[in-house]
Amino acid sequence: MNADEWQVVFFTLRIAALSTALIVPPGLALGWLLARYQWRGKSIVETIIALPLVMPPVATGLILLHLFGRRGAIGAFLYQNFDLDVVFTWRAVVLAMMVMSIPLLVRTARVAFEDVNPRLEQIARTLGASDMRVFFTVTLRLAVRGILGGILLAFARSLGEFGATILVAGNIPGRTSTLAVSIYNFVQLGRDADAYRLLVVSVTIAFLAIWASEVVLRRGRLV
Amino acid sequence: MSVLRSLFLLILIAFPLHASEVRVHAAASLSDVLKEVAARYEKRSGDKLIFNFAASSTLSRQIREGAPGDVFFSADEAKMNDLQKEGLIVPATRRSILSNRLVIVVASDSRIRMSNARGLLSTEIRRFAIAEPSSVPAGIYARQYLERIGLWSRIQARAVPTENVRGALAAVESGNVEAGIVYVTDALISRIVRVACEIKGPDAPRISYPAAVLRDASDRVAAGKFVLFLSSREAMTIFRRHGFFAR
Repeated sequence: MNADEWQVVFFTLRIAALSTALIVPPGLALGWLLARYQWRGKSIVETIIALPLVMPPVATGLILLHLFGRRGAIGAFLYQNFDLDVVFTWRAVVLAMMVMSIPLLVRTARVAFEDVNPRLEQIARTLGASDMRVFFTVTLRLAVRGILGGILLAFARSLGEFGATILVAGNIPGRTSTLAVSIYNFVQLGRDADAYRLLVVSVTIAFLAIWASEVVLRRGRLV
Repeated sequence: MSVLRSLFLLILIAFPLHASEVRVHAAASLSDVLKEVAARYEKRSGDKLIFNFAASSTLSRQIREGAPGDVFFSADEAKMNDLQKEGLIVPATRRSILSNRLVIVVASDSRIRMSNARGLLSTEIRRFAIAEPSSVPAGIYARQYLERIGLWSRIQARAVPTENVRGALAAVESGNVEAGIVYVTDALISRIVRVACEIKGPDAPRISYPAAVLRDASDRVAAGKFVLFLSSREAMTIFRRHGFFAR
């Protein structure tokens, strides 16, 4: 592994961590809303959130490209008002990872919140706790395993993101190249030995992330 | 019975037995012009052409991995040399057919002006698209040129590499990069980009598109006939109309 390859590994880890951190607040809020309340359009929101799981990642990438490109609705706004470019920058990598991994977090968090007995929350309220306090000390505390598992799962999904990333972020060495994109590029260049080295690294990281999420979800049993 | 017989005859006429399928791996920059050449050739020969368009580097890789095909039409001699070294083409059928020129394109509504490639140094150009500069022919030609005029190391950081030359064109069309280096033939097929400057002079790359029959061709005769047709006057007329010129 040379310096460039390590750069790719750490860039991917850093960006995946950032993307996961960014989806945690909205992901938990959505999971909680879906678990606890009935509201108009709920099934529509659920379906839209699940879409990136089943759509071809390249199709998701194309939608993002059209929205966030310099001539896209959101991209043009950001560019004209804040001089901010998204497409072909590291921001696009974050964006692609967020969109592709948030469904996993929302779904796991929702199940975790549903498993919390609402009576326990009511009891806390009758004892005088505010809604905020109930959420952080009862609901979140009881759902924490499911949520952590979901976060790790989302993180693992981000690490492997390829289809949407290649469209919106491209493959710019040292700037937007992630593990997945670099492996693809090495194969294209016929540099299979380099591709295999990165392959080993990504299998190792993915294994650790998924294993950690399994351990958390199964309440700490290691094997 | 007579109905069956006439049906049989009809099928024989519709699908002549001697017609072959020729599978052509061709450089992405040839995708539009070859469709036109193909229409002419299919009518004349009765053979059917099936294309696989991608960067020549991708194609050479696919051929080396055993992708089925009859003809390789590359955008540079290097990829053909690689295949020849590995014995994957029929050397006697190899011929250099076309040449091309590089240009710098910008979006038609862009205000950027430049008289030569040094214009890429301008701060107006935050990023420019270029086909992958270490493997894809269009990218290699562009990088080597920029190296020769001492520009590459100064603008390399702003290069956005794309999978093939049409990817670089698309990046300029979408407005996501300010400029791109493509072939003049690519610039000609797009209505929403304009040529900001042509790359010419003694340092300009000598671009050459060779074609050859592949060793594992299923019908070498049909494949060879198509390669010959590519350098015919008839085909060359179509190539010229698209901005290519004879080698």
